[in-house]
Amino acid sequence: MTEALSTLRRLLLPASRQPGLVAGSKRRLSSLWLASLAVAVLLLLPVIYLLIRVLQADAGTWSLILSSSTLATLGRTVLLASAVTLASILVALPIAWLTTRTDLPLKRLWTLLTALPMVIPSYVGAYLIVASLGPRGVLARLAEHAFGIESLPSIYGFPGSLYVLTLLSYPYVLLTLRAALQGMDPSLEETSRGLGQGPWSTFWKVTLPQLRPALASGSLLIALYVLRDFGAVSIMRFNTFTRVIYVQYKSAFDRASAAGLALILVLLTLSILYIEVRTRTRASFERGATDGGRKPKVVSLGRWRWLALFFCAGIVTIALLIPLSVLFYWLVRGINAGETLLPLWQAAGNSVLVSAITALVALLAAIPAVVLSVRRAGKWNQLPERMTYTAFALPGIVVALAFVFFGANYAPALYQTLFMLILAYLILFLPQAVGSLQTSLLQVPQSLEEAARGMGRKPWNVFWHITFPLLRPGVLAGMALVFLTTMKELPATLILSPYNFSTLATRVWSAVSEAFFAQAAAPALLLVLTSSLPMALILFKEQK
Amino acid sequence: MVFKKIFAMVSLLVFTLTACDVPSSPVSPESDRLVIYSGRSESLVGPLIEQFEETSGIQVDVRWGDTPELAATLLEEGDNSPADVFFAQDPGGLGAVIDMLSPLPEDILNQVEPRFRDPQGRWVGLSGRARTLVYKTESLSPADLPDDLWGLTDPNWEGRIGWAPTNASFQTMVTAMRALWGQDQAARWLTEMLENDPIAYEKNTPIVAAVGAGEVDLGLVNHYYLYRFIQEEGESFPARNYFMPGGGPGSLVMVAGAGILKTASNSAAAEQFLDFLLSRVAQQYFATQTYEYPLVDGVVTARELPALAELNAANIDLADLADLQGTVALLRETGVLP
Repeated sequence: MTEALSTLRRLLLPASRQPGLVAGSKRRLSSLWLASLAVAVLLLLPVIYLLIRVLQADAGTWSLILSSSTLATLGRTVLLASAVTLASILVALPIAWLTTRTDLPLKRLWTLLTALPMVIPSYVGAYLIVASLGPRGVLARLAEHAFGIESLPSIYGFPGSLYVLTLLSYPYVLLTLRAALQGMDPSLEETSRGLGQGPWSTFWKVTLPQLRPALASGSLLIALYVLRDFGAVSIMRFNTFTRVIYVQYKSAFDRASAAGLALILVLLTLSILYIEVRTRTRASFERGATDGGRKPKVVSLGRWRWLALFFCAGIVTIALLIPLSVLFYWLVRGINAGETLLPLWQAAGNSVLVSAITALVALLAAIPAVVLSVRRAGKWNQLPERMTYTAFALPGIVVALAFVFFGANYAPALYQTLFMLILAYLILFLPQAVGSLQTSLLQVPQSLEEAARGMGRKPWNVFWHITFPLLRPGVLAGMALVFLTTMKELPATLILSPYNFSTLATRVWSAVSEAFFAQAAAPALLLVLTSSLPMALILFKEQK
Repeated sequence: MVFKKIFAMVSLLVFTLTACDVPSSPVSPESDRLVIYSGRSESLVGPLIEQFEETSGIQVDVRWGDTPELAATLLEEGDNSPADVFFAQDPGGLGAVIDMLSPLPEDILNQVEPRFRDPQGRWVGLSGRARTLVYKTESLSPADLPDDLWGLTDPNWEGRIGWAPTNASFQTMVTAMRALWGQDQAARWLTEMLENDPIAYEKNTPIVAAVGAGEVDLGLVNHYYLYRFIQEEGESFPARNYFMPGGGPGSLVMVAGAGILKTASNSAAAEQFLDFLLSRVAQQYFATQTYEYPLVDGVVTARELPALAELNAANIDLADLADLQGTVALLRETGVLP
């Protein structure tokens, strides 16, 4: 049966991933390479900075960097990254499928609400989880009151980090999976059903294999995000690599050690990227060129809808409602105690503005590398796309300091301007746009582009009129991911923004760090609210 | 096609917005604006800076951040730093950039006692904070609490103490131990503490929150965080400070301070700013709004606090607290820091 299916796939889908068939591709190749390289060089700046710094390391620094505790930290970090990635897939896969393929009630609402936990900054998320689920948090007191349970198991350390990071980062893979499910050719699933396969078997044998690129890019985003997160692991007191790097900066003001450790993080990223590229298949994920953008059949959940609803509501409750309730409680308590809240409109405006610009710039910067990697065969053409991930696992502080170093000393006119801040954001978040775009481009039939080119259209014209509209799910998912993560970004914003430039995230940080909880609650709630509006627009657009 | 139209419109909008926005951000290094890098948070000192702008007519640009991150930023910027003033949470941060600071005029330095300023006059303390124990009032009273830091190594306290070994104030306390007790005794205290399984927090705020929530019974913190919690949660907040009568490093009085960069393009305004922070108005603000100790004579301490003179503070020279590297090395050797 599997054999029949793969024959079928071969018949249905043109085997079109052969490069250089069309005249004019050479010129496009070179301009694509130039554009990709320009972006890639920018992305290497932090690594160059780290190399400069690590060269200043003395013997003592080297023995610290290469000590056995570094290895142990590395092991712990990899363990956490793998666990969070796996847990995130388990959460995201059902939600992605339910909200794209079934008659789940209130689908749009769940789509929006399940994506939102990503905008909660991880240090705030972790703080709120401790406040609600901690040893003496709201929930623990409730349990003590209602059931006489004296103490819940401790949430600190590995379990707490896993819990918080999963809830804050599963939307990465959720959004890429949704885009893939929407761009997938429905005829394969239908044929499988027509051949007598049940829904489960169709899911495992037909749908899931086609989700591989989306799962891979989403997992990569999550794993690398875990490598660089500082907020959650510091509050959960779990010593990951990034936390050790921060200790170098914060306690020892030791930039050489920090650079050495950060370079190890880069090496780790490169090996993860290598493994990921090795597991990629050359299989085709394209839609049929003639299906006219047909929508897949809606699966009727029947009795299962209650379980599905329960699942979505459960995730939304623990990932969004519980944290938001704690914030709301802080706010009300503060207002009752007579605290005056500072006006936040300007900060909200700044947040939305820079996040929107970054989302757009990241999209534009991602296109050349993605087209190159998907449309051109050969190892070298994969390189620029891979390179965009190099700095992705670096903690924000490292990227920010790299820009301080290059900006203050070599580009003073640009230093501490919005322009430079957005370049830093680009380095931090570009892979999110790259991953989503790539997943979508893999599904766009190349034969359509070739037909248009055969009719004498210029490459850019073809891309804008044929390819780009078909990329819609990936474009929207990529922009949403970049937008949401820029909304909450902290270290680069603090260090590189123009003076007196506050965002909602910096407002939250400023208040939380001094225990002004009511002052922190207002911008944190506004952060979720202002993020949900553009998210709603994007997500509802995608369902048309 | 609608999608493409919307996309084009959004792009246009965004680019128009950027075009309007970029020129308005000040980039000219020659501007007469005073540039402050503040490691103290906006929610604490923002109102003071506003007041300075109003009274002096000098326009101020502030970069807010954590003290260590800002110190690292200054070090990366080097001679090209646009900063005039570095306003730091602790002497450690100022020490990290000490070679970039210029000596301050005598009339600024002399406003505070010698123990609250850099021995070579490159930075001046602006407000004081004392190390203290915060304890859970539900189950403990001052009678149950130890006289000094050594009392905390008693097995009775196993798993009941919160501390913040990555925090600058904690590390300054350890530096004081090394200076007052010697390296070996400091190492012994840390090792014996570790045997008591203290719970490590990121900084002071979560420790006070944890004591209030009953997660730990005791916390080694700076004194002023508690009063923020009481203000926020009311008098019923179940934690209070305990100033150990035995004194020593456990009652160390430290300062937040500021220095002026050698490369400052606006030194006159920078000096005016430090003068303002040492003025009666600003010192009164520290006393009543941030619950810190004012450092100039004649300004009254908040009534919640014991007077500075009553604290059995260790008599220690600030020059002896400069060796942060040695302290971090000791913390690593003993396994307190990763």
